Amino acid sequence: MTAVAIQPTDMPGAGAADTWNLRRVLQISVIAGVVAIYLCLVGIVPVFAERPLIVDVLELGQAALLITFGAASYLAGMDQVKASWLRAVVVGAIVGAITGAFLTGLVLLGEAIDLRSVFLNASPTLYALLTDGIVLTGPIVPIVAGAITGALAAVILGLPSAIRVPLVIGLSSLLFFGLFAGLLRTPMLVTPLRDVARFMFGSEGLTAAGAAIVFVVSVGTTAIVRRTKPRQRVNALPPRQRRLVVGPLGLLVLALVLLFPLAMGPFFAQVIALVAIFVLLGMGLNITLGLAGLLDLGFVAFFAVGAYTVALLTSTAEYGLANWGFWEAVPFAVLFAMLFGLILGLPILRIRGDYLAIATLGFGEIIRILAGSDLMKPILGGPRGILNIPKPLDVPPTHWLSGPVQIYYIALAFAAVVAFIAWRLRSSRLGRSWMAIREDEDVAEGMGVNLVQTKLLAYMLGGAFAGLAGAISAGLVGSIFASSIQLQLSINVAAIVIVGGMGSIPGVVVGALILVGLPELFREFSDYRLLFYGIALMVIMILRPEGLLPSRVTRRELHTSRELADVPDSELVTDEERREASLP
Amino acid sequence: MSLLSAKQVTKRFGGLTAVSELDFELEEGSIASVIGPNGAGKTTFFNCLTGFFHVDEGSITFDGRPIHTLRPDEVAHYGISRTYQNIRLFASMTAIENILVGQHNHMHATWMGAIVRTPAQRREERAAHVEALRLLDFVGLSGRGDSLAVKLPYGDQRRLEVARALANKPRLLLLDEPTAGMNPSETHQMTELFRQLRDDLGITVLLIEHEMRVVMDISEKITVLDYGRKIAEGTPAEIQKNQLVIEAYLGRATAPDEAGPADPVGPTEEDEALPPSDRGPSGSMT
Amino acid sequence: MNARKLDRVTDVAIDVFMWSFKAVIIAVVVVGSVLTLLSGTYTPADWLELVGAGLTQGSIYAMIALGYTMVYGILRMINFAHGEIFMAGSFGGYFALVALASTGMLSQGVAVSLFAIGLAILAAMAVSVLLAVGVERIAYRPLRDAPRLVPLISAIGASLFLQYSFRGFFGSGLYAYPTPDFLKQDAPIPLLSMRWVDVLVVVASLAMMTVLYLFVMRSKLGTSIRAVSEDQGTAALMGIDANRAIVMTFVIGAAMAGAAGVLYGLAFIQVTYFMGVIPGIKAFTAAVLGGIGNVPGALLGGLFLGLIEAIGPTLFLSGFGVPATNQLKDAVAFTMLVLVLVFRPSGILGERVTRSRA
Repeated sequence: MTAVAIQPTDMPGAGAADTWNLRRVLQISVIAGVVAIYLCLVGIVPVFAERPLIVDVLELGQAALLITFGAASYLAGMDQVKASWLRAVVVGAIVGAITGAFLTGLVLLGEAIDLRSVFLNASPTLYALLTDGIVLTGPIVPIVAGAITGALAAVILGLPSAIRVPLVIGLSSLLFFGLFAGLLRTPMLVTPLRDVARFMFGSEGLTAAGAAIVFVVSVGTTAIVRRTKPRQRVNALPPRQRRLVVGPLGLLVLALVLLFPLAMGPFFAQVIALVAIFVLLGMGLNITLGLAGLLDLGFVAFFAVGAYTVALLTSTAEYGLANWGFWEAVPFAVLFAMLFGLILGLPILRIRGDYLAIATLGFGEIIRILAGSDLMKPILGGPRGILNIPKPLDVPPTHWLSGPVQIYYIALAFAAVVAFIAWRLRSSRLGRSWMAIREDEDVAEGMGVNLVQTKLLAYMLGGAFAGLAGAISAGLVGSIFASSIQLQLSINVAAIVIVGGMGSIPGVVVGALILVGLPELFREFSDYRLLFYGIALMVIMILRPEGLLPSRVTRRELHTSRELADVPDSELVTDEERREASLP
Repeated sequence: MSLLSAKQVTKRFGGLTAVSELDFELEEGSIASVIGPNGAGKTTFFNCLTGFFHVDEGSITFDGRPIHTLRPDEVAHYGISRTYQNIRLFASMTAIENILVGQHNHMHATWMGAIVRTPAQRREERAAHVEALRLLDFVGLSGRGDSLAVKLPYGDQRRLEVARALANKPRLLLLDEPTAGMNPSETHQMTELFRQLRDDLGITVLLIEHEMRVVMDISEKITVLDYGRKIAEGTPAEIQKNQLVIEAYLGRATAPDEAGPADPVGPTEEDEALPPSDRGPSGSMT
Repeated sequence: MNARKLDRVTDVAIDVFMWSFKAVIIAVVVVGSVLTLLSGTYTPADWLELVGAGLTQGSIYAMIALGYTMVYGILRMINFAHGEIFMAGSFGGYFALVALASTGMLSQGVAVSLFAIGLAILAAMAVSVLLAVGVERIAYRPLRDAPRLVPLISAIGASLFLQYSFRGFFGSGLYAYPTPDFLKQDAPIPLLSMRWVDVLVVVASLAMMTVLYLFVMRSKLGTSIRAVSEDQGTAALMGIDANRAIVMTFVIGAAMAGAAGVLYGLAFIQVTYFMGVIPGIKAFTAAVLGGIGNVPGALLGGLFLGLIEAIGPTLFLSGFGVPATNQLKDAVAFTMLVLVLVFRPSGILGERVTRSRA
């Protein structure tokens, strides 16, 4: 703002409060129009035209377009609302209308020429959908719908924040619960809450009554939280009292984490078990990548070694060698993964930076190809795989620990162990050597760090945990096939570590929840899962390049530069404190 | 016998001979400087001494033992530490952590020990922290221990680099333009610090320096390089009168007046980065 | 002192391992080749056929590799979405060619057909360039100063986004490229058995890459790209618009990838939404093999990779009685990659760009 005030002539039209800034309005409209057409042609609008968000009121396909209209108008209105609310509403309507006009254009074009020979989704169904309004019909519908939605979005924008924020959160909760209503309903049906579930949730989407409840509750909660500011109050408490509040909350979270799969039924248990396995994988890579800075895009190789070792040692089916129990085989899985890390690591750890990433990717691919090849088929079963891998805990099928629940607990327990190890190592000679290598490996070497040995240790340790994850995963699935070894797994784990925040332990958990858990919940959108995954990766990296929950040091580096440089004296204490704290 | 002795050291990059048939001796407990115009091969010589480059010809011995075939980490074990021309701290680690990495050679914790936190490991870690704080004090950075290295002011970063180098308990400290970019009072403080290192701790100090006041003030012996060759060696007084040295400097437009205030030192072109050495997927040296 | 001794022992063990690693690889290659050749299972004609296939595949790798190598040279990032740019070009060319085929252009003789293919290549280039510029603007430019791994993840995101967008647009099926009949016939080339389409692929890619090389070396824009690759800061001081140079790099790389997409379609017929992944990785491999940041290196690396993966599995492995060696062609290619990275990290021709400074 100040820049604009000082040099208004340098930025023609931009930001000056008394111009309409039509260029920006137009820019946003065009981008939104392209997005709207994209949503139609990529299939999201037509495919989900029958998938309700709110039963009989709003379908997901239409909602996607309405959100596009609304978001565009909201963005465009933000410049205008400072001048006047009315103007924002007018601009909002215009942006919505122009965005809608793109869809009208699509319909008219589609009627003139056969777009369907190129785009599968440019079908009469789509056109019917776009031209079928509540009151009107015809190509004018998207324009009108856009204008109305846009104007409404701009109206919300002009409200005082005490109303606006709860309202936006209320609408977002509608979207969220609308998407997950069906998933939430299933486990609730077997509990005393079944009538509530039937009342609020359809088999897909919220019921109208449910929508009203969700909306009111979320608006209300947000308003109360905003007014009472519980977090600030807790933070303002003296440490001892704060512990009294935070402690029970922490226990509550822990209890929820532990009980979650039991309470939510088999589907969620399956999903969360998978998340737990990826948390374990992430914790492993967090050592290699987060601490030592070695990007391993062939992590799946260790996973494969762990899984196949367990399979070969325990399977009672073809290719099984020893018929061991699961737990007898696990140490060997870890050991072999580590040995494998040694053998693979030795030649490639002299390679630096991006080249290391591509070399490890190469190794991962070699392993994948070998596992599926005729060469290894007599040993590993190739595409037919190795079956009948026993579950880690041998309990009858009715037992509460049967199925994925036990995998969840086991993976989580190991993940906690790995997190503990990573945390302990971080403030040790070895951990500091790793971080030094990550920062500047020449200088680290100049300080006496043996590069090859130190890197090798990071690589082997990360690999060992990946091997463990592979072993547990084999126990979860009960079988291992060549097709389970996929490049996508390596990429996924790397993304979890980087999206969560390099070197950050809570970051790994959050990363796994978002990048593994969410996509699994979106099973019903199977074709578009990876599309959203890709978008999410880009958006998160652009908005938060340091990751979602960066480790303490990184966060400080990126956000509090000035304070640290300006207040040297207070740090005298922290040196001491730190020494006390880290060394019991 | 000299602490450090280089005989006929030659280092070539492709057609370019960066250091040529250099003989160099350094007595234990002395302070000496290597000077020369930009691109004279000074930092290359440092890189040869510290194992980052392997010499093409000649030999280097430290305390009587040959070190020219060793890797940098092995050289560090022998008790040679260095700082870098363009400060190279571990940017997103704290000042204390930087110094702790410097103590790498003097710590023995294994990874197993670190995980279970054995008493021995805890003792060692605590001692290391105490030592790190002591070194911070020594270089005048008391209270900055928890700052990220990258966030320290420029002068403090130079100091921290010295502290990190000292953490290795070196017998020989190589300082590559340690006062570059500092104001006169900071420069004076640093000069005093180096004197203290020698007088109080008995560390032998070898400097590359452009700031002639520092060089003339502190050095007991000055070696002048030009085009990788030693063109003069002697006491400050001798060097100031040496005709070859004056020509080498005046022959270049940007050369500093040897007696007057130094030129505003920019990073010299030669050794922006450390050598890619012989391993990484490094580029050509051109 | 004990720890130091252990270090020493470990160091020696590592050296021994590296040495034996090298020895084993060389032994496998030499012994395998000798055994295969002695067994006489394959006639010279078989080998020449493999060479022809390798050249075709290699030319396509080379063209894709160009985009990787130039972008890496200027931004030091692996443009993971580049394989998808190639895929997009292939689709763009497909629809253009289908439209042209419906006017009968592909059945009106060689000249007209080639003209139609030329038009399709232009269309493919347009699609690829548009997408590449968009990806650069949206996913890479905001992250230019971020830590090294951040744009890599964003690039992976962009790659998935493009793949699954195309799946949404065009479905998951295979599209069969319309190919003029004459291209399917054998070309009368001494020794090598190649179809005309193979000849077209090899000649077209050689021609395009030569033009491009001259452009990069001679033109003002090419010079500015090279300048920014060398040192962005200094180039900016010289008045070179780094953004423009970077965008042009993406444009050139994408144009080549788009053209490669059409040639791929003509040579291998089937195109689909995930066709970009493996050629993408392979092309990056080729770029590394040739020496990254190096235009002739991309060509050489591409051809080398194409040949080694066509001939290698059969030559090195079938002598040992390894079944179905063609399954292992990617494994041979990646082994090649790892070997080059370990033993000659700057590639066959050497890196043109200075090393990134940690």
